[in-house]
Amino acid sequence: MKQVAIIKYNAGNIRSVLFALERLGVAATVTDDHELIRQSSHVIFPGVGAANSAMPYLQERGLDQLMLSLTQPFLGICLGMQLMCRHSEEGNTNCLGMFDIAVRKFTAADDDGQRIKTPHMGWNSLYNLQSPIMKGVDENAFMYFVHSYYAEISSHTIAACNYALPFSAALQKDNFFGVQFHTEKSAAAGEQILKNFLTL
Amino acid sequence: MSNVNSQEQQPLSSLPLGRCRGSAFGGSGLTKRIIPCLDIKDGRTVKGVNFVNIRDAGDPIELAQQYARDGADELVFLDITATNEGRKTFAELVLQIAKHLNIPFTVGGGISSVADASRLLEAGADKVSINSSAVKRPELVDELALEFGSQFVVVAVDTRLLNEAGEPTLDYTKYPAEAHHYVHTHGGRQATELKTVPWVKEVYSRGAGEILLTSMNTDGAKTGFDLPITKAVVQAVDIPVIASGGAGQKQHFVDVFTKAGADAGLAASIFHYGEIPVPELKQYLATQQIPVRL
Repeated sequence: MKQVAIIKYNAGNIRSVLFALERLGVAATVTDDHELIRQSSHVIFPGVGAANSAMPYLQERGLDQLMLSLTQPFLGICLGMQLMCRHSEEGNTNCLGMFDIAVRKFTAADDDGQRIKTPHMGWNSLYNLQSPIMKGVDENAFMYFVHSYYAEISSHTIAACNYALPFSAALQKDNFFGVQFHTEKSAAAGEQILKNFLTL
Repeated sequence: MSNVNSQEQQPLSSLPLGRCRGSAFGGSGLTKRIIPCLDIKDGRTVKGVNFVNIRDAGDPIELAQQYARDGADELVFLDITATNEGRKTFAELVLQIAKHLNIPFTVGGGISSVADASRLLEAGADKVSINSSAVKRPELVDELALEFGSQFVVVAVDTRLLNEAGEPTLDYTKYPAEAHHYVHTHGGRQATELKTVPWVKEVYSRGAGEILLTSMNTDGAKTGFDLPITKAVVQAVDIPVIASGGAGQKQHFVDVFTKAGADAGLAASIFHYGEIPVPELKQYLATQQIPVRL
């Protein structure tokens, strides 16, 4: 029996994830209770918000150390994924560090002076898919993104995306997974990733 | 763990970190969005023809799910109910939409405070759209951006080209868009003294995350989007611009993306009444080299 815990903290979008799981027939608990989180079979760390307000909130409640100690499949979504990196330029914030990479801000123009709109908002495609959670997801599958900061490409990258430059659309290290896009808003392709995660 | 898709690919860590554009390393880049708009009154879908007459067009949840299956990229739901009771019905509908829809959606209509927006966010909306309330009190844009983030705040702007007598005109040779397009409120019926281009710059600087631009000159006419004002707005701000008003043919979407630089195209009746099915439109855009999600 799957017991999915969604980490409760000071970031929005949690309800959308809950509804997406409901559509897949999976009930989840939104909680910040350490014991409930530790005992769950899968943990989802969603979020829309800012790194510099989220990190102090997590630290005050000891959720940072708890999350680092977890061994079950763990999925960070959007801000959740960025918080799993080492450092974010958003408010110059030290983050959890499951992934030893930096999160940077999209700049206003590329090297050719072409304007870059931020946030990167809308549907963009993934490439170089390399993980069990990408099983059944096509190369160039489209996902829905909304973000102004991005994680660099690294050895943990399991899917890349281009917006002015290549960045990490998804990351994995051991049991820790992160996706920059909103699986819960990415139609059937996003649902496939959630399903894959839940079968780990 | 095994790499399911990794056979012929270079390790990602060897990709250059320098800037590139388009698909130099793979992927499509950001696509142009197609957005059906559903006007809602008392829990049902309606569409105003030139914003005045309305005609019933179905159950919003059923219609929304059909659009999601058809490949619509996003949906916009506008509450045109004026009563408090209607507002409550709308919030309940937003919750049902959030439960059933697997693509993003924006809601608008009657939002004039952080508390109004908060209720809709709680119900599961991805973005809120504000219009007349921002004209009345521009600080609302700052408040919403601060509270929820810019990505949550869409500012809808109804605009019309007016001559020196204040009469609608389409004579762009005589009346350039930047100088003669004026913001309208109350469903586009009431002209204000605000010029459209400076107004979008102002809401952008106050933290708007997206502009939904509807030209009253072209809305309902099916003669094509209003390209001059759309282009002027696209050039004025560094946030996405959704063009609305006037789509009647597939080529009109190509024009608004390639000639005016819009990020998304919004329409209502042509989708609701099946005049241009969304899948057919997106296939056509792909053949015209417009990046779209298929």
